[in-house]
Amino acid sequence: MSPMFVLRRALSLIPVLVGVTMLVFGLIHLTPGDPAQLIMGADYTPEGAEALRRQLNLDQPLHVQYLTWLGNVLTGDLGTSLYTRQPVVDILVERIPITLQVAFGGLLVGVFAGVPMGVLAAVRPGSLADQVTRVISLVGVSMPVYWLGLLLIEFLAVRLALFPAGGSPREYGISALVLPCLAVGASFAGIVARTTRSAVLECLGESYVDTARAKGLPGRRVLWVHAIRNALIPVMTIIGLQFGVLLGGAVITETIFSLPGIGQLLIQSISQRDFPIMQGCVLLIAVGFVLVNFVTDVLYSVADPRIRLD
Amino acid sequence: MTGPTPTASGATPTEAGALATDASRLLEVSDLQVGFDIGPATVPAVRGVSFTLEERDGLALVGESGSGKTVTARTIMGILRCPPGRVTGGQVRFRGEDLLRLPESRRRTYRGTRISMIFQEALAALNPVLPVGYQIGELFRFHQGSSRRQARRQAIEAMSLVQIPHAARRAGDYPHQFSGGMRQRVVIAMALALRPDLVIADEPTTALDVTIQAQVMELLQQLLEQEGMSLLLITHDLGVAAYATSRIAVMYAGRIVETGPLGEVYPAPAHPYTYGLMESIRGRERESRTLHAIPGAPPDLTQLGPGCPFAPRCPRAVALCREVEPPLDPVGSAGSGRASACHFAAEILAEGVLEVRG
Repeated sequence: MSPMFVLRRALSLIPVLVGVTMLVFGLIHLTPGDPAQLIMGADYTPEGAEALRRQLNLDQPLHVQYLTWLGNVLTGDLGTSLYTRQPVVDILVERIPITLQVAFGGLLVGVFAGVPMGVLAAVRPGSLADQVTRVISLVGVSMPVYWLGLLLIEFLAVRLALFPAGGSPREYGISALVLPCLAVGASFAGIVARTTRSAVLECLGESYVDTARAKGLPGRRVLWVHAIRNALIPVMTIIGLQFGVLLGGAVITETIFSLPGIGQLLIQSISQRDFPIMQGCVLLIAVGFVLVNFVTDVLYSVADPRIRLD
Repeated sequence: MTGPTPTASGATPTEAGALATDASRLLEVSDLQVGFDIGPATVPAVRGVSFTLEERDGLALVGESGSGKTVTARTIMGILRCPPGRVTGGQVRFRGEDLLRLPESRRRTYRGTRISMIFQEALAALNPVLPVGYQIGELFRFHQGSSRRQARRQAIEAMSLVQIPHAARRAGDYPHQFSGGMRQRVVIAMALALRPDLVIADEPTTALDVTIQAQVMELLQQLLEQEGMSLLLITHDLGVAAYATSRIAVMYAGRIVETGPLGEVYPAPAHPYTYGLMESIRGRERESRTLHAIPGAPPDLTQLGPGCPFAPRCPRAVALCREVEPPLDPVGSAGSGRASACHFAAEILAEGVLEVRG
């Protein structure tokens, strides 16, 4: 990994992030009608609406509004909740750890279940192990998180009472995270397993595997050092992309398991028409997605020396 | 290099004796048969190939793609992909020991150390994500127990042997950072690293520019001589064959159809297929500059009939050719080592192939 490569990739994030902020800022204006009226709903009064417009800078020209908002965002000010009057940043900071814990837990489940399953299937294509892992990963991919989540709650929480059915890890400890991580990790694992299988199969067919065998290396070394090191490259891409999806998917997972994370906050803010919080959540998820892809790109260049030269 | 392992399995010496196998002979391939399981059928890719190689010897296996030459090489090397490949008969004796009967764990100890292989496309044959020094060093680490540091030094020596400039600095580079010719040298360095007795080179220069081809062949030739290694060259290029070896074996449809010293086969072939091959080369030297081609296409190995597989393309095929496949029998003066699998070998040797028998 050369520093130049990282720097170039980092610079190319800037236009993406500018686009993201524009969209997030636009949220309030993309909804039809007068934002002030929309926010106030049934409590609408002309005077109140006027005050709200001034509070939210809605009486300024659009570009001024955007630049003011962007300036605030860059200095760490995302505004205050229209309901609790708490700074949005404080609310987000409180909720981020839960979302990240579930995302990383799902990532661990996905990688540590998916990669071995994929390798096992690729080493003996058509074998029983291949068939079994194929069914498991197909079920994992096909099962929507909300349905798998409900099944896990029904069987592991309600009937067997092994884990809490939902709630914050602050109350129930780490065991509250087990079911959400399994629920999001299952489809992750399924996708990783399928990608790993096809990538390893492809690499096992490459000439350099013949070379490694012709050198008299042990089979295990041929597989792990020569085939799988190359197969990891496409697998890493999928893991990166899926991890980003996981952040967005937090909305559903956190609702089902009543986890107080970013996703649940986003749903609440939408139903309460709390625009600053809504913007904060969407901005956070979008920036998270962009950063995850950046990290994936950098790791990619570590795994594949051909990328460094561009 | 050490001699053949004395602790061969009990059955082997008796069998070797019964078959009158000479343990001092470097390589003896006898009646090798390899098939590919494709669907319910087994397609015969190698149909009874036999040849021998002595110490400091060279043989070129020449033929079109699909003639079975690469499958033969991979089977000797023990890197045939099974499935779908499957050895259905024959023996590959290396210093008297039948490699095909060895368990994979013992077979593996021969690869890279006593028999090694040079692959066709160096870019594909080298692992793109590992430095070349590391890839060469693996041989020393796994066969000689060298430490990483030692292996690196030995890899640099191996790279210097094949005249890669600044070997020490380049050992950490990746395959894509080398030119085509240098990459092929890396592959050769790998094959020669442990000073094997036999080097199998599968189209070692096909992927290179013509100017680089000669350089690489010359280097290979010189190193083989210097280290006293034998060469089994797989090629479709008679020019390369002529450069590197003194004997050729021409393969067609999974069999050797003609074999002998290159200097004798080239001017006077004893098989119509070889004749056609030689004509296509000689065409270049003639003034007419017409390209000589053998009419037709290689046969479909799934649908071989009882006769000679070359009969459909042969200008002098008769009814007998379509009914009986000729064996590879000696032809020409005794002791010349020539053999041809043609019913009319003697006549073709004497008068060429152009007249069609009535």
